[in-house]
Amino acid sequence: MKIAITSSGKDLDAQVDPRFGRAAGFIIYDLETGAFEYKDNSQNLNAMQGAGIQSAKHISDCGAGALITGHCGPKAFAGLKAAGVKIFTGAAGTVAEAIGKFKAGTLVEAKNPDVKGHWM
Amino acid sequence: MSVATRKSVIAVASGKGGTGKTTVAVNLALTLRDAGHQVRLLDCDVEAPNAHIFMKPQIKESKTVSVPVPIVDEKKCNACGRCGEVCRFSAIVALGAKAMTFSSLCHGCGSCVLSCPEHAIREGEREVGTLEAGMSSGVEFAHGRLRVGEAMSPPLIRAVKKMDSDADVTIIDCPPGTSCPVVQSVRGSDYVALVTEPTPFGLYDLKLAVEMTREVGLPFGVIINRNGAGDRRAHDFCAENDIPIIGTIPDDRRIAEAYSRGELIVAALPEYRGRFEQIIEVVMERITVNL
Repeated sequence: MKIAITSSGKDLDAQVDPRFGRAAGFIIYDLETGAFEYKDNSQNLNAMQGAGIQSAKHISDCGAGALITGHCGPKAFAGLKAAGVKIFTGAAGTVAEAIGKFKAGTLVEAKNPDVKGHWM
Repeated sequence: MSVATRKSVIAVASGKGGTGKTTVAVNLALTLRDAGHQVRLLDCDVEAPNAHIFMKPQIKESKTVSVPVPIVDEKKCNACGRCGEVCRFSAIVALGAKAMTFSSLCHGCGSCVLSCPEHAIREGEREVGTLEAGMSSGVEFAHGRLRVGEAMSPPLIRAVKKMDSDADVTIIDCPPGTSCPVVQSVRGSDYVALVTEPTPFGLYDLKLAVEMTREVGLPFGVIINRNGAGDRRAHDFCAENDIPIIGTIPDDRRIAEAYSRGELIVAALPEYRGRFEQIIEVVMERITVNL
């Protein structure tokens, strides 16, 4: 399975970006092979509205089955659920550390959005 | 006083809130009525309408205003994603096995309905607010009340402006700011009166309002309210940029007192009536020149 981690940089030493919809980018990490690639998210970062929805679409299109991030709002949450992506919020530290915790099973799957929607 | 030969629309805008848009709008409306015009006042500040407090209209008509939003037939949708590609606002997006809608983000353009190859999308409705119309001592009156929780006001403003009317002069009381609701309100006007106050905040937002009005391409002038309070920077800014100051309203405590009782300046303090007559003369002359 591939997992997506919101990332402020292009490699595994980068810090987890606490935002989902307006994350700088995503590390798409393959749990089987350990291979990863960085997906820039600047288009959604600068979106007028609907950043969470488009970011959900973005990582779903990348084939990710789980998302690790800091926070996730209601519209992104609904979109990710519909796409069958498991959501893990509250992550901090480096991307590598977050992947380690995911593999160790210490991350708890989010049952609800943990922040409110923006404006609309 | 010169009389325009066709229907004229004067928008009262400001940039900064609380500078006196409504004060100017209602007093201009009554002054025009007294000059023999058939007048209409539209309060387009649908997020916080207040002209009715001064006009005390008898509301004769009330209707709900809605915008179209997409409804997806899940049986027909194959999640091809075309709808999401044409939507600029992320109000519809194919995720998983079907298209999901986020109706609060929808601007009601209908592109998704038209573009769906499976004809799986039809239009439903999202209520944006209420339109109320009536008469107030010989002046036609209409305003909108945005539904609490609704963020998109332009469709309701459009509905207020579309009301049928016999008036030869329409005064539009605009919302504050310089964004979509204001552009929607001033668009189609013959003249924009920008009300400011002689304070740093007033001047800062006046500059933005001037930029917005120039962008929309409408003739405009400035009314300085509470003139004498604050400083002269608004005057200087207008002089430096060849912007006509079409009127001033003095910083007079009695005006604030009349306002706080919901009274019109032209009724409570008739000595100021001439100032509004003068503003109308200048504006009507400018409109007539443009005809």
